[in-house]
Formats: sequence, structure tokens, C-alpha cells
Amino acid sequence: MNRELRRVSWGIFALFLSLFVSSTVIQVFQVDNLRVDERNSRTLLDSYSTERGAIVASNTIIAESIPVDDQFRYQRTYYDGPMYSAVTGYFTISQGISGIESAMNDELSGQSNQQFFDQVLALVSGRDPRGATVQLTLDPEIQKAAWNALGDNAGSVVALDPTTGRILAMVSKPAYDPNELAAHDTETVIGRYQQLLVDESAPLVNRAISGGLYHPGSVFKLIVTAAALDSGLIRDTTTVPNPASLKLPGSTSVIKNSGGGRCGSGDTVTLETALRLSCNIPFAEIGTRIGSTVINSYAEEFGFGASLEIPMAVTPSTYPANMDAAQIMLSSFGQYDVRVSPLQMAMVSAAIANGGVLMAPTVVDSVLAPDLSILKSFQAQEYSQPISKQTASLMTTMMIGNVSNGVASNARISGVKVAGKTGTAENGEGEPYTLWFTGFAPADNPRVAVAVVIENGGGFGQSANGNRVAAPIARTVIEAVLAQ
Amino acid sequence: MSPSTTDHHQTITEQLILRLRIPTKIRNLEAALIVFAMLINAAAIALVDLGATGSLDISILGFIGGLGAIVMTMHIAQRFVARDADPLILPIVTLLNGLGIAMIHRLDIAQGLTGWQANASRQMVWTAIAMVIALVVIVVVRNHRSLQRYRYVWMLVGVVLLIMPLIPGIGVTISGARLWVDLGFVSFQPGEIAKIALALFFAGYLVTARDSLSAVGTTFLGVRWPRGRDLGPIIIVWLVAMLVLIFQHDLGTSLLYFGLFLVLMYVSTGRAIWFVVGGSLFGAGAFIASFWLDYVKGRFDGWLDSFNPVIYDALGGSYQLVQGLFGMASGGVIGAGLGAGRPYIVPLAESDYIMASIGEELGLVGVFAILCLYLLFVSRGLRIGFNGSDDFGRLLAVGLTFVIALQVFVVVGGVTRVIPVTGLTTPFLAAGGSSLVANWIIVALLLRLSDTVRHQNQAGDLQ
Repeated sequence: MNRELRRVSWGIFALFLSLFVSSTVIQVFQVDNLRVDERNSRTLLDSYSTERGAIVASNTIIAESIPVDDQFRYQRTYYDGPMYSAVTGYFTISQGISGIESAMNDELSGQSNQQFFDQVLALVSGRDPRGATVQLTLDPEIQKAAWNALGDNAGSVVALDPTTGRILAMVSKPAYDPNELAAHDTETVIGRYQQLLVDESAPLVNRAISGGLYHPGSVFKLIVTAAALDSGLIRDTTTVPNPASLKLPGSTSVIKNSGGGRCGSGDTVTLETALRLSCNIPFAEIGTRIGSTVINSYAEEFGFGASLEIPMAVTPSTYPANMDAAQIMLSSFGQYDVRVSPLQMAMVSAAIANGGVLMAPTVVDSVLAPDLSILKSFQAQEYSQPISKQTASLMTTMMIGNVSNGVASNARISGVKVAGKTGTAENGEGEPYTLWFTGFAPADNPRVAVAVVIENGGGFGQSANGNRVAAPIARTVIEAVLAQ
Repeated sequence: MSPSTTDHHQTITEQLILRLRIPTKIRNLEAALIVFAMLINAAAIALVDLGATGSLDISILGFIGGLGAIVMTMHIAQRFVARDADPLILPIVTLLNGLGIAMIHRLDIAQGLTGWQANASRQMVWTAIAMVIALVVIVVVRNHRSLQRYRYVWMLVGVVLLIMPLIPGIGVTISGARLWVDLGFVSFQPGEIAKIALALFFAGYLVTARDSLSAVGTTFLGVRWPRGRDLGPIIIVWLVAMLVLIFQHDLGTSLLYFGLFLVLMYVSTGRAIWFVVGGSLFGAGAFIASFWLDYVKGRFDGWLDSFNPVIYDALGGSYQLVQGLFGMASGGVIGAGLGAGRPYIVPLAESDYIMASIGEELGLVGVFAILCLYLLFVSRGLRIGFNGSDDFGRLLAVGLTFVIALQVFVVVGGVTRVIPVTGLTTPFLAAGGSSLVANWIIVALLLRLSDTVRHQNQAGDLQ
């Protein structure tokens, strides 16, 4: 009987052993997987009941958690909520989180690896763990200038420092008030969230980096110009035929320059003039000459098609593949299926401004522990070098011409050399235009690169252009930077 | 009296004193361990209050003290009627029971339950009742061999208790399983008591029938197969287990009864073939049932594919299991601390999922500690099986111990995804009166058996 008993004992021991193993697997090895499961409400509840870190822009608090007497213990509060909503994002109990609140959640909630000792200390001392403060690169003055300049338009403004990649302003309109989504009354929040979600003007979308992106129109000519010059296939003085209209190959459609006539006088036109006057036909010809492969490789160098985190995820801008001859022509002046984000266009200007070196853009300056010691701090990083210094300098000269003596005249600032390019993108038959400006200043010592996009033709349908609506907004933002 | 006789007498007296001291020593050890267990329980309750509400609830501590008094009464009773009983069993069970009450109290606070609405209040009353019944058992049952005589009575009692929930009028269905009987003034799960009656019956029956079960049979394919008519009992028990599965919708209880029978069959006859025959019978039955019975299929789906959104959202799907896993994962190694986690998110956190609650608030360390307590309890029970002198007592001890061990495995294994979730209760920890009463009776019987073992061995030594 003892032999059998011994075997039964071993059997029972084996059963228990399996329990020791299974609980260890769950509580040690699967912890990370289980924690990030979206059905795990504990993760969000945890991040609520810790004193979440503040979000700060140059010593101005734009989001912080204030103690309240309910089960969540802290109320997330935003100051100038709509103005910063594109960057901060929202922080809801039941409808998820977005923006910096999401991208920097580990740090804000005190869960990041750098905060490990603080977590242990909090556990031992019994006090609530506290999240880290996230210091943004945004400048409140510039942000405010961009927000006000955009007025009632739907669109976006991005301003960044071309030498470091620090994002100085990022505005998206229409915006929303994140305070409305941070309330602890779940039903009200869900109601408001659903309202914002179905709103056709898409206020929850940060247009600067995400959403459906935009047709760039003529601002894309900067990339074609960069590709043409830097590849050496075309020089600024190279001439191309200058007809008043051009039939698209394999089609009855005809393309025209925006003025309707030729691009300046003469039977031929230089690249320099074509860019300054923003003519479509010469660019269709230039694009065809250098080919979509070359254009694509330059676009990718500027950041097209690549995933980027600033630390929010940026929707990659796209340059279409497998185009026929007509499509290559259309895409060469930013039509057909070219789609860009305002940040991407600001990056193009920034690379030109910075001697051909593109700095990786970011919106986070540093992460500070509750005792204000620095946990992480931003280091300027080179993203790529899409064009040579010579090409950059040549393009700067051309872009100065656009403003001083071309179609981007409304960006002029007296005493300052502004380099820029406008765009007026078509969105289809009868649809209002998308209006663009991108550029940088001062051209000889760049401090800011901007991109401005305005939807719905700025309320003027098809009768306005980038210079009329977008350029003045950019000028205001540039002036705000130069005023500092 | 001559000097030599005196010497001789002194030696015997010394020996007697020595022998009599040992029981005193183990009883003192037991008393010290009970006090220690009660201190841990009180600390756990205090931590729950401080962690969840920030203030102490004195009345609960008072009740806990009252329960401590009953345990001490039981201890004192043993000094008279079971002097040699195992000194670890009672402290272990006291600790498990107390930690269970602490965790149930913690969940009451989260759900805002107070007074008689609170599960912890009912659990404490049931604990008191269970302890008093155990006290009565240990005082009344002085010789366990008398239990063997009534083996067919136990069978009858067991079967009646099993069938009771199926009787219209008093049977009640709760969360899909028909396991409850409502007599108006009290409702209970007769199946919990039935497991003791069946352990008594199996042990009593197998002691007498094992010779014919083990000796005879035809050899085929190198294995000696049992005779056809010896298969009778196993077929009957299998049928009972299947009936429970089909009519009461309870896979766990069905597995418990059948597993108990197989283990005792194996231990008494020494023939592993019973495991093969019985295991295949049960496996086949459960497999076929999984096609016929939606709830069995649901349990298997929820186990194998817990994170599938369709199964997760299904009625009777894996929502509870997955939420339990989230809770345990959030506890990590050291846990959130008593009163500082969110175990209340998991449905039935105070009964079926109490181990998930413990995993969340006391961490992996707490889970290991609880499992070790069970393992220690089980090893003390098996020790009686190894050391006993009469086969009925040995089989009974093994059977009762196995009931506890298998329950722990089935419940904790279900919560931690080792096996599909079934409807058993975690012994001593989980909220539930019937289970407490049954398990405390098991404690009383094991104490009685362990006393007999040591008592007999000492008597043997002296001779």
C-alpha cells in the first residue's frame, strides 16, 4: 500500500507543481502582455490613480493632475486646452488616450524604466507613485501666434527649428477641449467623444501629422526641384519648352499653368523661373525628364513613406508608385496621388534651411522626475541628408526669389530675408482648393521653418490661392519667432 | 521495596513521563502556532481596512477574536480527547480560513456591503458553525473504526445528498449549475457534504472488496484485466459522476467524485489498470458530453482560446477568466498590497476567483504561500496514510486529503489556465458555508485519525 501511496503523493505533488508553474508564468512572464491588453481596465485605472505628471511648455503648465475626492483621485486638467489639443491629445477613462498623453504615457504615469526606483520607493514608503513631467519643445508665444493666425480656418500650422528639429508650434483646427474628455462622469465623456468622432470637421484629428493628409500642390515642386538639381540631371538654368498648354499623354486632358498662359515670356523657361512663378507645365516636363524613380528616392530622403515618431506617430506622406506618363506629369506639381502632412512639408523647408541636413523633428524636450531631476533629455539628431549643401544654398536663393520677386509675396517681412513656396492644390472638380505655404527665415541664418495648410480654400472655394491665405499666416508665425 | 525495583520503576516512570510529555509538547506547539496564525489573520484584516478605507474596523477584529476563541476551544478539547493529534493541521486551516475572511472582507468594502449583506459576516458565522461541528465530530467520534461499520449508510447518505438538488421544489439552479438545495430557512450545497460520505463509503467498501478486485482477472496483452463483475462498482460510480455532469452541470464535482474513487481504488488494490480503465471512461464521457452539453464545450473553448474576442464576449465565455488573469498579472511578484488592488473587477472574486484576488493583492509570493500551506496540509494528511496501522483509517485519510488536494488543483488550475474552469470551491478560502462545514469536518476526521496513528505507535513503542 505504501508504494501506491508514494505514487499518489508524487502525483499530488506534480499537480501542485503545475500550479506553481502556471501562476509564475502569469505573474512574472506574461505580465507585460496582459498589462497592454486593451481589455485590461486596470492599466488605465492605475494611470488615473497615480498623480500623473504634468505637461509643460517653456515653464507654462498646459496639463496637470489635480487631487479630487473621487475614485480616480486626480482630475486631469488642461489649460488653453483647444490650443494645445493637437499635441497633448486627450486622456479619457473609457475612450482611450491620444497625443502626448498616449505617446509619453509610461513616463507620465510613472511606469517607465527610468522611474523604476521611484516605483519601488513609492511601494516601500506607501505613498502614491508620481508620474514624470514632460517638458515640450513648444513655445507658448509661437503656439499662440499660430493658433490666432489660423483664425476660423480649418487647417494646420507647424513651426520647427531647422537646426535642431525642435517643434516650436503645432496647431490643428478645428480643435476640441480635452477637459471635456477628461471628466470622470463616463456617460458625459462618451457622449461628447461620440459627438467629436462623428463630427465631419474631424476635430479629434491632429492634421499636422495624421488624418487623410493633403494634396501638396505646388509646394511639392520643392521636392522635384531638389531632385532635379541635386541629381545633376537638371541645372537651375536648364531650359524646358514653354507652351501655354500641354496635352497629357494617352488622354484628351490638357494641363495649364495657374495663370492660364505661358510661364513668363519666351519659348523656353528655366527651372529657376518655373519655381519662382510656380508653373505647372515646365514641372511636368522636368518631372518626366528626371523620372519618378529619382523623385521618389529624394522624397524618401526627406521622410516620405517612413514611419516617424515625434513621439506621436506621424502618418507617412506618400509619393505614388507605378505611374504612367500622365500621372508622373501630374504628380510633378503635387497632384494625382501625392499626399503630405504639414509636418512633412515643414521638414522639407527645414532641410533646405539647414544646408541640406534634415534634423529629426520632436515635440519633447525632456522628462523630469518629481524631484525635477532630468530622466531623459532631448538630443538633436540628424534624420538624413537629402540634398547637398550646394543644392540647399541654390534652392534657398530660389525660394527667397519666390517671396521677394515671385508668387509668395505675402510672406515678405521688411528687413528679413524670407524663403518660401506657396501651393494651391486641386481636390477634384468643383472642390475648394487646399492652400499651402512653406518656408523659412531668416534665409541667411534660419531660425524657423514653417508649413501652413488651409482647407476648403480658406472659405473662398476655388478663387483663393496659397499666397493670399496661407502666406500671411506663415508670416505672422515667423514674426513671432523673430520677435524673441 | 528493594532498590533495584525502585530503579526499574523509576525508568518506567521516566519513560512514561517522557511519553506523556510529547503530546503535551505537540499540543503546546499547536497552541503557539494557532496564536501565530490568529495574529497573521488579525494583521491581514487590519491591513485590508487600512489599505482600502484608511481606518480600522474594530468590530471585524472582534469577530475574528471570537473565531480564535472557538479554535482555542477546539485545541483545548484535543488536549482531552485527541492528545496526539497532528499539531500543524489546525493552525494551517485557521490561517487559510482567516486569510479567506480578510480577502472576502476586502471585497465587501469594494462593493459597499455591510452588516448581514456582507459576505464576510456570513463567512464568519459559517466558520463558527463549521468549527463547532468539527468540535462535536472530534469529541463524539472517538474511534474512527466505528465509521467503517456504517459504510452502506454512508453510501446511501452520499447518494441522497447528491440527488437532493434535482428534487423539484427544493433544488435551485445558480449560474447554470444545479447544486443547491433551498429548505426555506437555510440553503446549502449537499454535494459538499456528500464528498465526505462518499470518502467514508469508498474507504469502507474497498477495504473489504480489494482482495477480489486485485487478485482475480484474466491476463490479456500482458496486462491482468479485472473480471467483468468486479467492474460493477467502478461502472456505478462512473454513472453517478456522469449523472452529476449531465443533470447538475458540474464538471468539477463530477471529476472530484470520480478522481477520489480512482485514487482509493488504486491505493487499495495496487493496480494501476484502474487508472487506465477509469481515466478512459471519464475522458470519453467528458469528451462526448462536450458535444452534447453547451456548458462543457463553452468551458473548453474558454480555456483553449481565452483571448479570442468572440469567446471573451460570449455569454458564459472567458471574460471572467481573462479578467482574473489581468488581476493576477497586475499583482506581479509582490502584489498591490491588501486593499490596494482592484480584485473586485473580476466577477465572483470572493468565491470562485479568490485565488486571483490573492494573486492581485498579495502577488505571486502570496499565491506561493497559500499553495505551500495547502501542500503542507496535504502532506500531513498523507502522512497519516503512510503511518496508519489499519487500512480503513489509512484509506480514509488518503481519501479526505485527496479531496482537498484535488479541489485546490481544480480551482486554482482553472483560474490559472492549467485546466478548464470548473465549479469547485477553494477549500477554507472561498466564500461559501457548505464548503466550510464540509472541509472543517474533514479537518476533524484527519485530527482524529492522526491521533489514533500516534497513539497506536506509542503504545507499540512502549511494549
